[in-house]
Amino acid sequence: MHEIFLDELKKLNTQFMEMGVQVNELIDKGTRSFVDHNKKMAQEMIEQDKIVAKEAITIEKKALDLMALQQPVATDFRVVISILKATTDLERIGENANSIAVETVRVKGNPRIPDVEEIISRMTHQVRTMLIKVLTAYVQDDEKTAREMLDGHADVHYDYRKARKMIIDGVKKDPNVAVASASYFVIIRLLERISDHIVNLASWVIYKSSGDLFELINSEKETSSEKEIKEEVPKKSKKTKKK
Amino acid sequence: MTNIMEAQNVKLSYGKFEALHGISLNFPEKQLTALIGPSGCGKSTFLRCLNRMNDDIDNINITGKILLEGKDIYRAKLDLVALRKKVGMVFQQPTPFPFPVYDNVAYGLRVAGVKDKQLIDQRVEESLKQAAIWDETKDNLQRNAQEFSGGQQQRICIARALAVRPEVVLLDEPTSALDPISSAEIEETLMGLKKKYTFIMVTHNLQQASRVSDQVAFLMDGELIESGPTEQMFLAPKKEITSNYLNGRFG
Repeated sequence: MHEIFLDELKKLNTQFMEMGVQVNELIDKGTRSFVDHNKKMAQEMIEQDKIVAKEAITIEKKALDLMALQQPVATDFRVVISILKATTDLERIGENANSIAVETVRVKGNPRIPDVEEIISRMTHQVRTMLIKVLTAYVQDDEKTAREMLDGHADVHYDYRKARKMIIDGVKKDPNVAVASASYFVIIRLLERISDHIVNLASWVIYKSSGDLFELINSEKETSSEKEIKEEVPKKSKKTKKK
Repeated sequence: MTNIMEAQNVKLSYGKFEALHGISLNFPEKQLTALIGPSGCGKSTFLRCLNRMNDDIDNINITGKILLEGKDIYRAKLDLVALRKKVGMVFQQPTPFPFPVYDNVAYGLRVAGVKDKQLIDQRVEESLKQAAIWDETKDNLQRNAQEFSGGQQQRICIARALAVRPEVVLLDEPTSALDPISSAEIEETLMGLKKKYTFIMVTHNLQQASRVSDQVAFLMDGELIESGPTEQMFLAPKKEITSNYLNGRFG
């Protein structure tokens, strides 16, 4: 009986990882289509996002079945519940990547700001690296790497602030980039949101391996880039650690 | 939090066979501690040590200390009747005596020499109310206790244990012989009673342990593997073997 449960759990883990890989590809395609002005790729990925959404439902259904029928506790409970919660974050990341693609379609043919697009590429690279790391940490129950996601998040946040300033300066200099700029604002915000979800994923990695449940952001030491932007961005209220 | 009972390095042997290998465990006052573990792990044996129910077994040797309110219950010249008045017990099978409900509940008081009819009346009513069986018995106090349903009999037994106002009540799989509805009624009764009494319960029903207990101790092969607050034990036990047992991978 418990072999069956373990087998189901294994399948669930595999499906979760596959979904992670797909979502990572979505981020890449979303931003690449935007930077390369590739409307066709953007349209393709809108279709791919539907597949990811379907995968999320399959995983959630399987996790709920396991909870209801097998009633796991202790380590098994943490594995199932962390997949259930992490799937929501992964799905949101996919949706955000999809929204980036939507902006590609919108901005096609308008004048652009190359420097901003360079930052967007950098932010994309950063969130993709973070996603791969957090998924690997998930598989390896690697709490240490999960906690390191905060550093990556601080870098993304720093670039976000920098890009905002660049966009405003760009519009001031040449109002013709206004259409593209509206999309830039959306995209950098989406990339920042993706980074937030990756930090959430990291907190589920920690919960899965230790049972400690808390929001990582603001619960750990701040990096220098976070300090720099602190004056401008009020901190979100965060829950205290609970078990 | 005060510990009403403390087991310190309790070892028990039947002849050369050692069944408990040195168990140390504290029992906080007005909490329910669940003892869990595979069959034959020693949890019932350990429970029975807590009010010296194993004393009469041939060839038995018990070492270590079990303190009740700081005093060793295995000390010389201990009054066993007084001990069992303080540490009551409810068994797996409901064991009402074959006479009226009233006399069942009054039994312990009478053994203890209480003759005041008014006090006995009052205690019987209070105890039956505490055990959540008053409504079903108040008009039938002279009916033979064995004529009630299993769940009702078990609650009469709980009332009988409570009548002498014990400090601690030991429960040896109190619902394993009952149907789910009667079990739920006993659980609900225990939840209410926890505010007034300390319970130590052996159970094979892990969901029951997670629902009603405050602390869980996991025993295996006569050893205490791990103990801790129920939430911690069911969400993040320290040992993998505990997680495996809780998920039914053995036992």
